[in-house]
Amino acid sequence: MRLMLGLAQLYPKIGDVAANLHKHLEAVEQAANAGVDLLIFPELSMTGYQVQDLVPEVAIEATADDPVYARLLDASHMLDLVVGFVQRDVRQRYFVAQAYLSAGTTVHVHHKVYLPTYGMFDEARYFDQGEEVRAFDTRFGRVGMLICEDFWHMSPPYILWMDGADLLIFSSASPGRGLDGSERLSESRWVEQVNQAYGSAFTNYVVHVNRVGYEDGKAFWGGSSVVDPNGNFLVRGFYFDEVLLTREIDLNQVRRTRARLPLLRDERPALIQRELTRILSKDEHTR
Amino acid sequence: MNLIPVNGKVVDPAERLSINTDIARKMLSGFIKDQMDKAGMTRAVIGLSGGIDSALSAYLAAQALGPQNVLAVRMPYRTSAQDSLDDAQRIIDALGLQSLTVPITDMADPLIAQFPDLNSIRKGDIMARLRMIVLYDQSAAFGGLVVGTSNKTEMLLGYSTIYGDSGVALHPIADLYKTQVRQLSAALEIPHSVQTKPPSADLWEGQTDEGELGFTYAEVDKVLFMMVDERYTIDDVVAEGFERAFVEKVWRRVKINHFKRTMPNVAKVSRRSIGHDWLYLRDYTGR
Repeated sequence: MRLMLGLAQLYPKIGDVAANLHKHLEAVEQAANAGVDLLIFPELSMTGYQVQDLVPEVAIEATADDPVYARLLDASHMLDLVVGFVQRDVRQRYFVAQAYLSAGTTVHVHHKVYLPTYGMFDEARYFDQGEEVRAFDTRFGRVGMLICEDFWHMSPPYILWMDGADLLIFSSASPGRGLDGSERLSESRWVEQVNQAYGSAFTNYVVHVNRVGYEDGKAFWGGSSVVDPNGNFLVRGFYFDEVLLTREIDLNQVRRTRARLPLLRDERPALIQRELTRILSKDEHTR
Repeated sequence: MNLIPVNGKVVDPAERLSINTDIARKMLSGFIKDQMDKAGMTRAVIGLSGGIDSALSAYLAAQALGPQNVLAVRMPYRTSAQDSLDDAQRIIDALGLQSLTVPITDMADPLIAQFPDLNSIRKGDIMARLRMIVLYDQSAAFGGLVVGTSNKTEMLLGYSTIYGDSGVALHPIADLYKTQVRQLSAALEIPHSVQTKPPSADLWEGQTDEGELGFTYAEVDKVLFMMVDERYTIDDVVAEGFERAFVEKVWRRVKINHFKRTMPNVAKVSRRSIGHDWLYLRDYTGR
């Protein structure tokens, strides 16, 4: 099956949901005209990244009653849509959320499970952490979504792989850092290396959409990419500038690669479960 | 069996200080443009001393905004070297910047005359602060933000005048060490005489930064890079072959000047206070 991906590497305006909604709807229109089936926006694409004390102001409820969310649901009649936002729950907890919308309905919402709170990051100060990592069915097969730090840890992508995801969708708001003498920022090299490793090890498609633009001196590096099940980059190298990238992928490649390299067939999750159970049951902390 | 010793220094800070100048240019000129956009402005004001730091900042600003939108201000004191003025003019001519010369002698001397035993440090600070006044006045007249010219080495060492050269609206090169400023300046083909002359605040005849500091930028940058960027301890740096007394002297200087790099403290009495728990990005304008 062929799937036309759209990677919306945009520059959200900090704290301005109305302006960002407008930008999203414009991108949807543009992508739909370009024949895109699935359009992916970066982490917190509706709000900007360092929302800090703006969290309650920019948060939305992921229901059709919410006027902003309703517009996004409506747009998902044109194409499938992955969008990033701050989600408020009924008890005033806030999550870094990524929703998969299709045909006017919410197919899945992922809450970021790893909130970086070190160095320049301060997410756990403002957000509650997600408690689930689940794959879900779409009209393009089974998909898994993660947000930025989630896929810096190896376990969430692995769980999604075991849960049946053949297409991994990663969204980020990753600030550029590590300028050295090489051709890319050390941050870009690291993230690309990791994504390539997931594609190779899981014989999966890995789509990564990272934002661009600036927030208080941090420059988000973009570099949105697509890795195929052979571990090759189909899209890479668009850094720092706002751009809507489209790329057709062939989902049948997953079958062909796995016929050559049956890593999924030979995977032994039950062994991992046994060993993890043993490790976690030890008295002393081994980690 | 062949024995192959693979040689190479464990750490070569000089090599690791090297930067990709294309990425640097992209990130920094993009930053300048972005800061202007967020302030609702299109123009910049910059004090041009004839030295490499302000030259580089002017080059980046001209690239970001167009040379016609950059006002270069020369602000000589009567003891300022003619070379400095000439070099500043070379930069203005090379880039096609708008320019203005505002001598500060007639502002500085009446104050200096009131204190006959005023030492050269106080004199230098007065000059730096008067230049800030001129730049902010031109900011209002020209309609441009004042672009900072401090580099990371100076900022860390506290080799600056508080509310003088540190009084600016944005810091485009403050995350580049002097060594990296030199590398980027060479890549941007800044006039040769500007690149090669000894760095000087030009506050009195024959003054040089390195003479006053007591070490070279090339040496101190290696130590700062290891300790700040790479999180080496003093012992780690000494183990790399640096003299302990030198490393300790540098680090003490960094620490005692921390106040120059931070905003003045606000005495907290309320439940929510500026600078404590009233947290919004500077980039969040609410517009």
